[in-house]
Amino acid sequence: MLTYVAQRLIESALVLLIMSFVVYGLIGLMPGDPIDIMVSSDPNMTPQDAARLRALYGLDRPIVERYLNWLGAALQGDFGFSRLHARPVLEVLLPRLGNTVLLMGLSFLLAFALALPAGVYAALRPRGAGDTAINLFAFAGISLPPFWLAILLIILFAVVLGWLPAGGMAPGGAGLGVQVQYLVLPIATLTLATIGGILRFVRAATMEALRQDYVRTARAKGLSERQVVFGHVLRNAMIPVVTILALNFGALFSGALITETMFGYLGMGKAIYDAILGNDFNLALIGLLLATLTTLLANLAADLCYTWLDPRITYR
Amino acid sequence: MSERPPYQLAATAELAEGPPRSLGALLWRRFLEHRGAVASLIVLVLLGLLALAAPLAEMALGLDATRVDLFSLKLPPSAAHPLGTDELGRDLLLRLLYGGQVSLSVGLAAALCAAVIGTAIGLLAGYYGGWLDGLLMRLTDGVIALPLLPLLIVLAAIDLTKLGLPEDWATSENVSLYRIVILISLVGWTTVARLVRGAALTLKAREFVRAAEALGASHARIMLVHILPNAVSPIIVATTLSVGNIILLESVLSFLGLGIQPPIPSWGNMLTGAQELIWDAPALALYPGLLIFATVIAFNFLGDGLQDALDPRAVK
Repeated sequence: MLTYVAQRLIESALVLLIMSFVVYGLIGLMPGDPIDIMVSSDPNMTPQDAARLRALYGLDRPIVERYLNWLGAALQGDFGFSRLHARPVLEVLLPRLGNTVLLMGLSFLLAFALALPAGVYAALRPRGAGDTAINLFAFAGISLPPFWLAILLIILFAVVLGWLPAGGMAPGGAGLGVQVQYLVLPIATLTLATIGGILRFVRAATMEALRQDYVRTARAKGLSERQVVFGHVLRNAMIPVVTILALNFGALFSGALITETMFGYLGMGKAIYDAILGNDFNLALIGLLLATLTTLLANLAADLCYTWLDPRITYR
Repeated sequence: MSERPPYQLAATAELAEGPPRSLGALLWRRFLEHRGAVASLIVLVLLGLLALAAPLAEMALGLDATRVDLFSLKLPPSAAHPLGTDELGRDLLLRLLYGGQVSLSVGLAAALCAAVIGTAIGLLAGYYGGWLDGLLMRLTDGVIALPLLPLLIVLAAIDLTKLGLPEDWATSENVSLYRIVILISLVGWTTVARLVRGAALTLKAREFVRAAEALGASHARIMLVHILPNAVSPIIVATTLSVGNIILLESVLSFLGLGIQPPIPSWGNMLTGAQELIWDAPALALYPGLLIFATVIAFNFLGDGLQDALDPRAVK
């Protein structure tokens, strides 16, 4: 078990290393470089000055050399400075990460808490009215463009009804009630964008589990339907569901990026988006790597969940 | 019998019930039973025809879809402008139709490219197995797990001239179309790859493949002539389902200003400014989103119906 976790962690570190190189290279391909930005803001700068500055900062070096320099600094904990925020990158990103984890965590829990009973209900009565309604809802959920959903929710709840703020963050020192008001629409958007997929997974996995021999055996030995569903079907249905949900963590992060951008919610996704549009190379790079790291760790956590759900699985 | 693909087995069973029919007729009859899918097919054909008829509508209305008219901004619907005009005075109906051309063709083109990539990767992994399989499936899992949207945003922001592409081409108007098709197909192939790999794994142990091997067929011939045709139904289903996702992704990227670039209209970039226009002209925020939603849900239902028709053994 411990060796398995260690092996997975090493693998994750490798993936992160590859990602850092790829993203570093891609960001080097984005329009402009830091010196171009200096030139555009200082009319007195001559092309010779620009060339000297490029040499001074090592921007005229080949990409691999620049990457290794960056990596050396990063491994010593120096992740660079954010251009847009004029603060060290981590100082900007860590509170943002907290906000995103809050948004994603609450939305995911809400979506799962709603989708689990609904999906099982639908699977137990296939082709019934409830199943059809739940199925339609799930299809609508996976087909709604999340940014448009956000616009609709803003029109309805912020513009027409005026019940909730249209976006932004709760002012510092605000009470819990106000903070919740600011969270409602972003969480509703991300929950609705996530729930359709989960519903379909839960329903399919439950139907698959219902067809297994041990369910027939459980019924044959006279267990009540409740005992069959809770004791035998649910636990087995959860194994594939956990796999798929862990794999969909990256999609959840993409949804969070859209939601944060739509509502001006100060999270990681919005930080990355703003950094890319604003030529804030350091922030974009570290933001993307942090997002990848979070995804890798979530996948690892899901893998470890299996042993608890399914004692037959052992790790070498 | 055992080497027949599953849909033929089921088809033979149904044959016994009535007068002889072709396989195509049987599949069609089974498809017609899925009312949602049939309705979706009709909606999609209508949408496609309407989008293709955009130049005709332009002539009939006597308007120019690209002409900016500052004297008729945000007009309500009238005889001259059936759905009113947008924030630059262009006819909304014509923009929606031309946007439909773009969104639908980008969705279909990217889905086809992604299906080709996915089929190639899946065939190679499933047929050769071993280390190649391990490597390709790791890659697939990695791409699925990554937070794709922020990565796509970086990819969409890179400066093509830095890749050595000629400047006049890299800055031409249509380049955003090709760019988005390539970007999305680079990340959209994973589902097809996994399904084709699964099919190839089971098919390569079948007798007809062993017979082809014994007759001295090359690896390429076995993969393309013997395995691929038998893996066609999962490819069709997965590709249809992916069109919806791809249209969603295109609309998100275009909405964020990183996909299809104005003045080319797409349903996504028509919504870019809509958030500020909610008060003046809510129709501008409503129609493009509604069309994206309708198209995506129709493709999802169509895929579901095709799955029922082509793979009757799947749990429903």
